[in-house]
Amino acid sequence: MKFALFLGCNIPARLKQYESSTRAVLGNLGVELVDIKEFNCCGYPMRNIDFKTSILAAARNLALAEKQGLNMIVLCMCGYGMLKKADHAMKEEPSLREVINTTLKKEGLQFRGDLEIRHLLSVLYNEVSVEAIRQRVTRPFKDLKIATHYGCHALRPSEIVQFDDPVNPTLFDKLVEATGAQSIYWQSRLDCCGAPLFGINDNLSMDLAEKKLLDAKRSGAHYLCDACTYCHLQFDTVQEMISTKRGENHLLPAILYPQLLGLSMGIDERILGLEMNHIDISGIKGFLSE
Amino acid sequence: MFFSIALYIALAIFVGGLIYKIGTWFSLKIATQAQTISPSQRLLAAVKGIVLTILSAKILTLIKVFFLDIILQRKVFQESRFRWLIHILIYGGFMFLVLMHALDPIITVGIFPDYAPTLNPFLFLRDLFGVLVIVGVILAVYRRYILKAPRLTTTTMDTYALIILAVIIVSGIILEGTKITSYTRYQEMVNDYAGLEEGEDDYQALTAFWVKEFSMISPDITAPFDSSLIEEGREIHEMSCAGCHSKPQWGFGGFLVAKATKGISLPIDRAHIPSVLWYIHFLACFIGLAYLPFSKFLHIITSPLSLLANSVMSKRTSYPVNIATRQALEFDACMHCGQCTGRCSVGIMSEALQNVNILPSEKIPSLKKVSSGKEMAEGEFRTILEGAYVCTNCHRCTDVCPAGINLEDLWFNMREEMFQRNYPLFFALSPLSFYRGLMRETMPDSDYERPLDQAREAIIASYDLMKSQDRAITLNPADQDLRSGLLLSDQANTFQMCFGCQTCTNVCPVVANYENPKEVLGMLPHEIMYAAGLGIKDLAFGSRMLWDCTTCYQCQEQCPQGVRVTEVLYELKNLAIANATTAKG
Ligand code: HEC
Repeated sequence: MKFALFLGCNIPARLKQYESSTRAVLGNLGVELVDIKEFNCCGYPMRNIDFKTSILAAARNLALAEKQGLNMIVLCMCGYGMLKKADHAMKEEPSLREVINTTLKKEGLQFRGDLEIRHLLSVLYNEVSVEAIRQRVTRPFKDLKIATHYGCHALRPSEIVQFDDPVNPTLFDKLVEATGAQSIYWQSRLDCCGAPLFGINDNLSMDLAEKKLLDAKRSGAHYLCDACTYCHLQFDTVQEMISTKRGENHLLPAILYPQLLGLSMGIDERILGLEMNHIDISGIKGFLSE
Repeated sequence: MFFSIALYIALAIFVGGLIYKIGTWFSLKIATQAQTISPSQRLLAAVKGIVLTILSAKILTLIKVFFLDIILQRKVFQESRFRWLIHILIYGGFMFLVLMHALDPIITVGIFPDYAPTLNPFLFLRDLFGVLVIVGVILAVYRRYILKAPRLTTTTMDTYALIILAVIIVSGIILEGTKITSYTRYQEMVNDYAGLEEGEDDYQALTAFWVKEFSMISPDITAPFDSSLIEEGREIHEMSCAGCHSKPQWGFGGFLVAKATKGISLPIDRAHIPSVLWYIHFLACFIGLAYLPFSKFLHIITSPLSLLANSVMSKRTSYPVNIATRQALEFDACMHCGQCTGRCSVGIMSEALQNVNILPSEKIPSLKKVSSGKEMAEGEFRTILEGAYVCTNCHRCTDVCPAGINLEDLWFNMREEMFQRNYPLFFALSPLSFYRGLMRETMPDSDYERPLDQAREAIIASYDLMKSQDRAITLNPADQDLRSGLLLSDQANTFQMCFGCQTCTNVCPVVANYENPKEVLGMLPHEIMYAAGLGIKDLAFGSRMLWDCTTCYQCQEQCPQGVRVTEVLYELKNLAIANATTAKG
């Protein structure tokens, strides 16, 4: 199993632990990652402004991976959604494809449309399998209750992203449970974290995040688990801002899925970058079985 | 006479220019914090900062940076071996020539009292380094004009830099070549150092020797030579000339020129071409020197300063005023190498948006212009601001900048500075603003919210209906293009299928967030679908709901009619921004 690793812009700049923990976990499971230095912005931040521009950026990434004959693994759900959207649009709309390819040709690139775009979670679930993961878990969690946050852009629009059942997804829950933790049911689990509005309408964005945190907490979760760059920045960095700005402390620290999995695999917490999260998650180690 | 006057003029311009440039570092307004502080206070703060740094343990960092980043160019090496080779050839060769050759009366003579430029190893080294520079320039020309990396632009300044370098070195080498064969120069030398006159026997012998061994071309004495004559010449040579002259072959560049021009060297000499070349060579050097503070060669001074400053300064610990000063200096430290642009995460977008200001290397001169406070047309300002805002803050430009410029900080501060001019920036209404949100604690809340409010209001203001109180809708303003879905993509024009069940609105988390959503959002999702279906542009574009959509796709996923609600909202946003932008001019 070999994939071109698509990190996007935020991970190398301010979420390095997502990268290091993913590499450690995938390495342990025998998934090989290839770095393509030329990758650029996934296009997502431009969608509000100009569709074509965002497609161009996304398509360039796809073309780069295709050039090396690799499928792509994406860590961020917004990035995943964007790349899937671009892949879909380029296949559905020949005129768009032509315009984009004309620009790409200037640097010797071309979108052909014969690669697969996968989110980290679907690689783990579909390619690696829950069973294989369970075999690698050496220190399963005990009595740990996790609020599993799916994230919108991997789940919807389902006809394009094809990640899991959009109404009743189970993929992420099963992955969480493979670590020995319990993935609890909470009503707003499929709702938006608010990150797409952060920086545009912070009050609204924080409202959405707060609601989810409150619900998860009330449903008995010890931690919230996510697998998306923006969701995590929202539930970690922004949650911290919520408590300073609004004086509301919901204290539901968020952990990235590869961090959670990595811990249960016995991977060194420094590699998993636990201390790089804004909100302290070191307490989760207390749930690991001996 | 010419020499010293030209030199002093060039030096005066150089020093004046340098002082002027340094002055701008303390007066350019970059970060808002620095605006109330006078240039002299900034100068004092800088001196204090420098002295304190040198006296602290940070001196070790400075030394390390000096060797690894300044002398060895580590960052260029990591990014591209090819560019590193080009740069080390040009900069290594040129620095050596400046120190050993141009400044020889001061430096080389100081170290080697027996120095003569015509003597080895100096003769050989001069040519060696000259040729290295030429090779570097040729490779640079190849990279810029033939290889043409995507989005690497070449400005007049880049071309000037390569031309002046080439002129200096090539004129020097040709000058050397014509001097080797010059009979006039020979006569002067013989007069000065052997005291011989034309016609004397010894003169004949020495000349024969020089024609044979030193490639000089004499009008009357030519091969074949009598070996005893040569031996006689050699003796005089050993006595009078050898102390200062190694064989011209060692100066291989000039020697090749001498060999190539052998047939025409007598007319060349008679036409005083060596003197002409001498003027060209020195004029080029003086022009280069005088113009240095205003050209990209200033980076010889500023890039090291930027590297050193950035290695010991940080947003958290440094005095903000000093950061503003450093950022003004950084404008001059950029040598437009394009390494940042090569790695820019949004560089490709400049092709679609037709805005070069997206590219970091092109942003620098534009932002410099903005911060100089010069008058600027609104359109130009908008293009710069938009270009500066299309940035995902991925930090890659900063990581690879060989001058160590903290580009990301520069972009951030300049954007905030530009926001002070109250020009509505529609691009702010996108996740490009996410990073700005994370940084909001570095600025007052009012400064933070203002550009966002302005952008929203400016868009809403350009659509009349939303402004009118009674909101009586006539069908007149219906936009046929919008109505028929012509403006939208296949996915988005599905709004025509809407039958008004309101599912989209019912599942919208944003609508659910408010007790009185209509008041806050203006229109609800299903109403927007309606308005679009009726072609009522003003309503569709003017509602706040568009910008408060969190793009969670719940509406679209659950629509029983297959309306791609979120895609419609996305495209309406695109259209609204495009319209508002054209309306702004
Ligand atoms: C004190 C050192 C010195 C002595 C002795 C000396 N020269 Fe030179 N010569 C120079 C220098 C320095 C140059 C080049 C600089 C210039 O052109 O101004 C030069 C240049 C020349 C040139 C022009 C070619 C060139 O390479 O630049 C000729 C020909 C020449 N010398 C011949 C002689 C002859 C013949 C003698 C012996 C009679 C002699 N020189 C003695 C220092 C000397």
